[in-house]
Amino acid sequence: MKVLRDLLFPSMAVLCAFLAGALIVALVGDSPVETYRLLLGSAFSWPDGIGYTLFFATPLIFTGLAVAVALRGGLLNIGAEGQLYVAAFATAWIGITFANLPAVVLVPLCCVAAIAAGAAWGAIPGLLKARFGSHEVINTIMLNFVAVALVGYLTQYHYRMPGDPIMETTPIGSGAHIPRLGAFIPGLPARIPLNIAFLLALLSCWLVYVLLWKTKWGYEIRATGQNPAAAEYGGVSIRKEVVLTMAISGALAGMVGINEVLGYRYRYYDGFSDNYGFTGIAVALLGRNHPFGVVVAALLFAVLQRGGVPVDAFTQLVSKDIVLILQALVILFVAAEAAFRRGGRG
Amino acid sequence: MRSILTLSLVFSTIRLSTPLVWAAIGGLYSERSGVINIALEGLMLAGAFTAAAVTFYTRSPWAGVGAAMIAAAFFALLLAVVCIRFKANEVVAGTGINMLFLGLPAVLSGALFLSSGSTPQIPQDELLPTLSRLLPIAPQWRVLTDVSIVSFLALFVVGLTSYVLYRTPFGLRLRAVGENPEAADAAGIRVNRVRYAGVVLSGVLAGVGGAYLSIGQSSLFTRNMTAGRGYIALAALIFGKWRPVQTMLACVLFGFADALTIQMQGVVKLPSGEDVPVQFIQMIPYIVTIVVLAGFIGHSRAPGALGVPYDKES
Amino acid sequence: MKLELRGITKRFGAVLANDHLDITIPPGTIHAIVGENGAGKSTAMRIAYGFYTADSGEILVNDQARDIRAPRDAIALGIGMVHQHFMLVRPMTVTENIVLGAEPGSAMSLDLRKAAAGIRALSEEFRLAVDPDAVVEDLSVGQQQRVELLKALYRRAGLLILDEPTAVLTPQEVDEFFAILRRMRGQGKTVIIITHKLSEVLAISDNVTVMRDGRVVGQVKTSETDAAALARLMVGRDVLLRVDKPAAQPGATVLAVRDVTITARDGARRLDKVSFEVRAGEIVGVAGVEGNGQTELIEALAGLLPGSQVSGSMSLGGRDIRELDARRRREAGIAHVPEDRHRRGLLLDFSLWENAILGVHYRAPAVSGVGGVLLDQAAIQRRADLVIREFDVRPPNASLPARALSGGNQQKLIIGREFELPPALLLISQPTRGVDIGAIEFIHRKIVALRDSGCAVLLVSAELEEVTALADRLLVLHNGRVAGEVDPSRATHEEIGLLMTGGRA
Repeated sequence: MKVLRDLLFPSMAVLCAFLAGALIVALVGDSPVETYRLLLGSAFSWPDGIGYTLFFATPLIFTGLAVAVALRGGLLNIGAEGQLYVAAFATAWIGITFANLPAVVLVPLCCVAAIAAGAAWGAIPGLLKARFGSHEVINTIMLNFVAVALVGYLTQYHYRMPGDPIMETTPIGSGAHIPRLGAFIPGLPARIPLNIAFLLALLSCWLVYVLLWKTKWGYEIRATGQNPAAAEYGGVSIRKEVVLTMAISGALAGMVGINEVLGYRYRYYDGFSDNYGFTGIAVALLGRNHPFGVVVAALLFAVLQRGGVPVDAFTQLVSKDIVLILQALVILFVAAEAAFRRGGRG
Repeated sequence: MRSILTLSLVFSTIRLSTPLVWAAIGGLYSERSGVINIALEGLMLAGAFTAAAVTFYTRSPWAGVGAAMIAAAFFALLLAVVCIRFKANEVVAGTGINMLFLGLPAVLSGALFLSSGSTPQIPQDELLPTLSRLLPIAPQWRVLTDVSIVSFLALFVVGLTSYVLYRTPFGLRLRAVGENPEAADAAGIRVNRVRYAGVVLSGVLAGVGGAYLSIGQSSLFTRNMTAGRGYIALAALIFGKWRPVQTMLACVLFGFADALTIQMQGVVKLPSGEDVPVQFIQMIPYIVTIVVLAGFIGHSRAPGALGVPYDKES
Repeated sequence: MKLELRGITKRFGAVLANDHLDITIPPGTIHAIVGENGAGKSTAMRIAYGFYTADSGEILVNDQARDIRAPRDAIALGIGMVHQHFMLVRPMTVTENIVLGAEPGSAMSLDLRKAAAGIRALSEEFRLAVDPDAVVEDLSVGQQQRVELLKALYRRAGLLILDEPTAVLTPQEVDEFFAILRRMRGQGKTVIIITHKLSEVLAISDNVTVMRDGRVVGQVKTSETDAAALARLMVGRDVLLRVDKPAAQPGATVLAVRDVTITARDGARRLDKVSFEVRAGEIVGVAGVEGNGQTELIEALAGLLPGSQVSGSMSLGGRDIRELDARRRREAGIAHVPEDRHRRGLLLDFSLWENAILGVHYRAPAVSGVGGVLLDQAAIQRRADLVIREFDVRPPNASLPARALSGGNQQKLIIGREFELPPALLLISQPTRGVDIGAIEFIHRKIVALRDSGCAVLLVSAELEEVTALADRLLVLHNGRVAGEVDPSRATHEEIGLLMTGGRA
């Protein structure tokens, strides 16, 4: 029965969001049917549709996991955007600075950099909350702005290719490149950026599942999220949990950098994130903060993101921002349906 | 140094604090009634966009402000329904509203103006006027009243809120509902109705703050033009201990920090003689917010029932 | 004012709280409604006050059927209610609290001075002394209760419903309180008092309605019944009103507390130079009205208060425990059954087996394998099943969420979890609050059994009957100090009551 609920309610939330979205499209003057056809239709062709959809899903799985883990620990991490920018730059920096190292050393080093940088940027609001009690929502949002400015500064003043008008760094060493899935899957051309970071994302899902439900650390994180007073009574240090949870969350968000820098652009490209951090919130909520749900929700949003391109191109008035609106509506409907979950208390 | 501390700094502070004050005082009504309002950012954007669009069509800034109030009130009502009727997590729902306004203005402006997020420019004389334009002032004093009517009204709103909160039955009930909704219910008060009122009021006021951004301080709406001000307003509210005058002072503090950094640009130099990179200047208001929150939250006492949906039968 | 409930039925999810209740309250009387925890008494009265709406049935006020959908309807009819947990807005003044909802003045302007004058007049009329300008937060519990009564009187209540009014009073305060009730009856008001304290029912009421499992099982004149008869009606069988307890055989000192002082963040001293010892094989009881430092004492001993707030020495078996955190204290053998099981004791949305390891989840046997990180599901299940079996937790299904259990079963789970450690020292606070009688007897027996197995027990309870029945030695706390120590088998409630208010025995 619980599984039915877990499937039914998110589906209804998505449906309601789509209905409301259709209303908005109609209001704006375009055809909802046509818009949704474009939005949903382009994701399933081979190789481009599926390839790009899975590629778009990769960062969303990471940020979705990040927000889900934080929520399990009772924290709302709105800072995934900042965390992934810092991590992506860190990865690129390692890839540039140590470009001469062999791949077998450089790739793991770059991955560690992404994870560590994301964890550090996530730990900051965790520490602020643990030490001062200030709410992580405002701090993570503030740090998003700071991260964007910081990374922008570093790119513009220190790592840009001389003469390059685009805000991006010099390329990383070739030893830091990770292979595209096109190298392993026949029929998938190498131009499609889907790379092994996608497999890493799936692996992370499984690891998060094991962490949360099969280890004592996960027990403590969940207990803290459920009832901090009881967790404290059970000997858990709430302060430590807050910092740990935010660090893990940041680390997961940071892995987006691996997909982006090591597997796609091979450099840090300023502003590369298409709202991955915020979409991660919608993904986590829709996936009911469960790793497996996150994968499904991430795929849904990836489909929408893939569809945003033809919507932009082929409709008169609606732009791909309709995807952002749909995401926001999903969040609102999922938040509202939480009311139905609480029924039946004596 | 002296070139920074000029009269222009004072006016700059007033200009930059104004939207914060409107949004923060709006947030006060909501939070004092017990409903966390993270959506100030989105509500301001709603007000900013609506004001710019309506003013463009009607050529009247007053129509723009009025429409902004209504639009923001509508979305505040949406937030209220999701949080009060459906007992959603208020922070999540507020984030949803904010995300809605990442995309909605762009879609609407695309439809109305065929643009990618901005509204068309509005001529100077159709924007919100300054006091110097409204009142007959002798030319030599005009410089002193070069303050927007909206900024002036902000002061009035703070005073009015102080009075309403502590000297009227509505304010008493609002405070009671936010501290202990069960007690208020037991006393015969319609808890949820009061909360709806608080949240909708927060929309109205935040909407004015947003309108000021687009048709008072600027002359058009651009994507995400609030740039985090809604969150800073919330931080000011916390810093101001959810009290009207103190919240206003907190907003002024943040506005001052913002004004200072703008003045510093191009004036303060690195030891090497080069300009400070603009990104560092940009970071300052956000870092200030973090520091202020960290330093003062421990001494702040939130309304007792803040963030807890009222569920009688649980 | 006459009140009648006819056929009132109310269901909360799967629980039938009120089952076709028929209650008649004659006007101008003091009427007691008794039943054990969970009988449905509070629910019925909350329906009369409009807090809940009955699924079916009707309410008649002065023989006229009335539609009461919200407290304001009840207030308009002249019904007032003082709840078990006070409905006061703590940061506001007495005046503001009393006039809330019935504010004098106009919509534009609040006239608090006029209100204060009216309150002073009422206060004199009923001899309920309060300072209208005081902030409720600063008042004592007894004073807060007076504010609650004034709230109802200010709205001209003709019928007052009082839910467990004496739970927070010392025996002397209870006498004063009864005098107030008699005065109100003298003025023609009807008073309903919900309670589970039979001695008080016999002392003050004119009539009694007995409820059990959501039904009315008897309505009698107080003069025609006695405690045993009422208890039999309440529980449905003969009830042992005193626990059977063999004499204690105390051994070595387990817990030694010396000059412990607890200073809260605002500088107030919640505990002031408290010293005592608890030996193995004995139960030391702590009596006292809540709010006199008991909560802080237990939390400090369990390691849940920040070290900066606690001074003095605490040692377990000779070993200083001040520096140990909550986890290490449990490892050292201190078990803790908290006073607020929903807040401290349980993870309500987690399953029973996850709750059964709270506090020991990080070490064997809950974890196994590489580095002691992975949870050992089989071992955890075994532990949970053991606790459920030994401590009669129902329903015996370890995968249910803790929320699904009744209060008594939740408490038994917590007790089982803590008793199975096994502890050298048990800290247990309000062990049977909100627990039905069957579970109360079971829990009392288990505590005594634990004592007899050599454990030292520190028992805090606001229920004087419970703490005098169980304890071998009894300390009384007042204002954070040990007001005195008595032999519970010999001291009278009056003597203890005197200590509870700071007098000398």
